[in-house]
Amino acid sequence: MATTTEAQRGAPLTPGWARWANDHRKWLFAAPAMTFVAGLLVFPLAWTVYLSLTDSEGSVRADSEFIGLRNYISVLTDTDRFWPAVGRTATFTGAALLFEMVLGMAIALLLWRPFKGQKWVRVAILLPLVATPVAVGMMWRLIFDPNIGMANQVLGWFGIGPQPWLAGEHTALPTTIFIDVWQWTPMVVLILLAGLTSLSEEPQEAARIDGASTWQRFRHVTLPLLMPTVTVAILLRGIDALKTFDILYATKGRGGGSFHEVETLNVYAYGLSFDYNKYGVSSTVLILFFLIIIGAMWALTARRSKEERA
Amino acid sequence: MKPSLAYRVFRVVALTVVVLSLVAPLVWMVAASLKTNVDIYDSSKALAFSPTLDNYGKVLQQANYIQFIFNSFWVAFVATVASLILGLPAAYSMSRFNMRKSALVVLMARIIPGVSLLVPWYYVFSNLRMVGGYEVLIISHMFVSLPLVVYIMMGYFDSLPTELEEAALVDGLTHIGAFRRITLPLSVPGIATAGILSFIFSWNNFMFALVLSDANTKTLPVAIFDFVGYASIDWGGLMAATTVVTLPIMVIALFVQKYVVSGLTAGATKG
Repeated sequence: MATTTEAQRGAPLTPGWARWANDHRKWLFAAPAMTFVAGLLVFPLAWTVYLSLTDSEGSVRADSEFIGLRNYISVLTDTDRFWPAVGRTATFTGAALLFEMVLGMAIALLLWRPFKGQKWVRVAILLPLVATPVAVGMMWRLIFDPNIGMANQVLGWFGIGPQPWLAGEHTALPTTIFIDVWQWTPMVVLILLAGLTSLSEEPQEAARIDGASTWQRFRHVTLPLLMPTVTVAILLRGIDALKTFDILYATKGRGGGSFHEVETLNVYAYGLSFDYNKYGVSSTVLILFFLIIIGAMWALTARRSKEERA
Repeated sequence: MKPSLAYRVFRVVALTVVVLSLVAPLVWMVAASLKTNVDIYDSSKALAFSPTLDNYGKVLQQANYIQFIFNSFWVAFVATVASLILGLPAAYSMSRFNMRKSALVVLMARIIPGVSLLVPWYYVFSNLRMVGGYEVLIISHMFVSLPLVVYIMMGYFDSLPTELEEAALVDGLTHIGAFRRITLPLSVPGIATAGILSFIFSWNNFMFALVLSDANTKTLPVAIFDFVGYASIDWGGLMAATTVVTLPIMVIALFVQKYVVSGLTAGATKG
């Protein structure tokens, strides 16, 4: 290993342990953090896999029987709670991601070129981003209250009748998507803005001299160059949107509301574990959820590396 | 080339709409926290109301919020310091020795749904009689902040030239000495970024404390729910509580805006 020669080239190391530490610094430095994360990650994950193959219920200390894949069969054929939760997770993530990317790109482009007062816009963008998600959920709960909320008053100014918002069976999920978009579009703006600022000016200039319109410049110059950053933004936001819990719990409480209007996979699994204590089934849902997340990430990164090769 | 007048007018209008829609709800939250519950129900007093601090009195005195503010602060602070102590050397090693696979293990913590870890954690920590204590909250929050520190600092160390360390080696420092005396002092901006982000993420974390804290150790995001009853909601108290949770973190973020932004966008431009 190259480290020994480097150590020899360095000053004489008097104490033996200091030399040993120096020679083994690669793992000495990395091991504590890795042990910590792996300890909290690997064993629980393995246990979750095990629990998903048992009928564990009530208390994890209680006797449970190994029942093979029976949990998986019953979960995958459950059209009452599981598949609707998958659908809601997909709807929530897809819609939130779409709006956040489109709005985020638009705002980032507006902020791209420096102008007077830009500092204040950036401050406004930062505020939702650092606000506590549970508190954000509560704040919107008041604004969207069907009786006393500001949202229906504003609609009233435009002659639109009051909406049930979070209280409606079919309006609750779109409303939570709106809240997610409000809080996290700024994140996309910041990421895309960082990407835009790092782009070089020459391709822009060249396209302008060639007579490309603003839209053409965006579509054929800026966007392709920005694609790696766009992928990072989709990846980061996508993972977090799939796992959204705080605002759903804050606005609709346990089980995603009385009709499970906003019960996504994460909310469903939480309820199974901590409201119903059905650890076996809950672990099964979580394993499937985890596979969905990995699958989504894989699809996205595979697409990216294909583009990079092209 | 200067943008056209039409574009500049459009930009001002569009950005005004953006700023208003981001800030107005927050203003509304603070306004409601300064109203009596009667005024909150009266739409004619939307903005013209006589402010009162009663809700804050309720939150800070009756609801024991001084304790919860301390809990949130203490857990976030210790988790951040511990994450830096474990994370800085790890990130350095992973950056200098190009340990991308090991980095992936740490980043797995960001991907995995927290619920899937909570059942085993709860079981193990309740057997150790740790549930409800600060230690278990700090450990669980470190699970969020440590990967964040490693992720941000790996990028930072990658961008730091190795020449200075090499010069230090020639001058007789050991590798570990060079890390301690040369690299770390040069990394203060990066460490600040990682520390601030770690603090914010811990302060805002909800799910772990929801399961692992008890009535005395619960953090602010969990304590908010004290104002949500089964039958009715104390809106004034609730908005005062949400303001108490969000305002400090927003004020901190504004003072250290540069660091927050560079932390949130870390790794975004490398592709």
